[in-house]
Amino acid sequence: MQNNTSTREITYIEAIREATYQVLESEPKSFLMGLGVSDPKGCFGTTTNLHESFPGRVFETPVSENTLTGVCLGSAITGLRPILVHLRIDFTMYAMDQMINNMAKWRSMFGGQVNVPMVVRMVIGMGWGQGNQHSQNLQSFFAHVPGIKVIVPATAYDMKGMLISAMKDNNPVIILEHRWLQFTKSIVPEEMYEVPIGKCNVLTEGSDITIVSWGQVLIETLKANEFLKENGVSAEIIDLRSLTPLDMPAIKRSVQKTGKLLVVDSSWKTGGFAGEIIARVCEDPDIMLDTMTQRLCYPDFPVPSSPGHANHYYIRSTHIFDKVSNMLEKELDKSGVLAQEEGRLLDAPDQNFIGPF
Amino acid sequence: MHELDAEKARAIYYDLVRVRRIEEEIKKRYPLQEMRCPVHLSIGQESPAVAISHAINKTDYMMSGHRSHSHYLAKGGDLRKFICELYGRADGCSKGQGGSMHLIDLSVDFLGATSIVGGTVPIAVGAAFSSKLQNENRVTVSCIGDAVVEEGVFHESMNFAAVNDLPVIFFCENNFYSIYTPLPQRQPARPLTDLAKAHGVKAVSIDSSNVFKTYMMLDSLVAEARRDKKPLFLELFTYRYVEHCGPHEDDNLQYRPDSELEEWKAKEPILVAQNHLKEAGIWDQAWSDQIEKRIEEEIHEAFDYAINCPYPPIENLGSYTYAK
Repeated sequence: MQNNTSTREITYIEAIREATYQVLESEPKSFLMGLGVSDPKGCFGTTTNLHESFPGRVFETPVSENTLTGVCLGSAITGLRPILVHLRIDFTMYAMDQMINNMAKWRSMFGGQVNVPMVVRMVIGMGWGQGNQHSQNLQSFFAHVPGIKVIVPATAYDMKGMLISAMKDNNPVIILEHRWLQFTKSIVPEEMYEVPIGKCNVLTEGSDITIVSWGQVLIETLKANEFLKENGVSAEIIDLRSLTPLDMPAIKRSVQKTGKLLVVDSSWKTGGFAGEIIARVCEDPDIMLDTMTQRLCYPDFPVPSSPGHANHYYIRSTHIFDKVSNMLEKELDKSGVLAQEEGRLLDAPDQNFIGPF
Repeated sequence: MHELDAEKARAIYYDLVRVRRIEEEIKKRYPLQEMRCPVHLSIGQESPAVAISHAINKTDYMMSGHRSHSHYLAKGGDLRKFICELYGRADGCSKGQGGSMHLIDLSVDFLGATSIVGGTVPIAVGAAFSSKLQNENRVTVSCIGDAVVEEGVFHESMNFAAVNDLPVIFFCENNFYSIYTPLPQRQPARPLTDLAKAHGVKAVSIDSSNVFKTYMMLDSLVAEARRDKKPLFLELFTYRYVEHCGPHEDDNLQYRPDSELEEWKAKEPILVAQNHLKEAGIWDQAWSDQIEKRIEEEIHEAFDYAINCPYPPIENLGSYTYAK
């Protein structure tokens, strides 16, 4: 699907904006709303100036997350295809009634007579002192509820393709965009293309261990893998991309090959999605009983705000490196991974980030 | 206000009696334990639903909440499919997935009723937004009760509708009770209409005891909302005769003052309607007998159909979760 001739690199932010522009242009029934979509900062730049190209179809809203969700649902069941943007996932706790009781159930509770084609974008995050109520990673909540699709694109390429897929999907799709991924770049074709929802991406083939991850911690996993490779470890890294539908067959194939599974998730351990994947592996009669499963998650307490604590809360490449080393029962040379992390502050995506949010 | 012609009056009376008789039959048969879902009967408060349904067009949207039988039926929702839904049968309006509190009939633009107080209010606003964006000349009626204004989502929705000039009618049936809790224990002594006015939305209160007068008032108010493409809040005073949920009279519980009950029963909507027709010289006993018989036959046919309809096939279980 990737256009091999394209060499254009753009950021995750630009990919969102480009996909949204193309969707609005090609689908006259689509519209975009949310607080900040047409303001000077345009939802972190993901919607900047779109209101000028699509007057009446890109607009500001009151600060009423629950009602906005209901409005999108009402418009979706009467012929439109809405995109709703929330600047933080934390704000959507106000909208749980409409999302869980209505959006997720609408098709089911009326016997499949009406579809709900709507997209809800939510920003998740970490660091910069955003703290308890501006940087939660609540993916497991939404993945728990049948009737919603939950996707977590990690690259600009996947983001564009999955946003376009989400807009063509006849189900409610929640897109979780990690704030730190918004600054990342990848090669992105200019034309519209789709990356399928519900299919994971095997990024590196390997035989020693399977590492399943997604979103921002996938980047840490890939960093760790550079040093695992130097140590002769052959890890198979899977970017899950969609939590629901969950591409279990791909995980199963990989685990059957490697016999070891590490799941890395940027959310709390208790009741988290990493546990779901491990449980499915453990209960599958086709998978060897002696398969080793481990997970790396955030500790079970709210995220700290102080930069002094950030380095002790979030998952870093060294944590992943150490975990793999333990699972393989191998003494690996840690110097590379440690050197790479030296002096790194984990409260910002990189040294270019200067806040304020 | 225009005069009510005889044909329209008869059609309204027919619907009023029809909704009552259907609800009475549910009440009668409910103890047989074959309708295995909660029922929130609209006996006593049929007038607002019938009046608004005659005041709007067939292609206008309507949504409702847990006490939605009257709205579904008055809007023209299919009776057989409704009864099948109460019995959890395959031919139910929601294919047996919904039960009494989740009714839908898209053929008459009844977009859906759900069970959580205030839940469909923003969805109705969304439907009105959809009509606006697609340049349709529809209004959307959001049927709510007096407790809905206690939910935050009501205020959010009214604010959204007002700021975006959406043709949505917040149609509030004030029956003065939420389950057993009376209005004065839930809200301060101020008119519900003040809430709408604070949002810059026109608001009118109507005593719905006389269905014809109610209809005539609604007819011009709906026309105004449609013409101006603005939201409207309507409060309809009405009264529930039976328990909040279930088929029984519950006045033995003494949660409503005797005098209040007597006052409302003196304004019983069907009696008031009959007297109105008599005074207007439209009443005809033979016609009344005839429609009662016709309604009775229709109801029995619908119940027979539902009782003989199979449960939904097991293969359907879980098949509606996602669209292909």
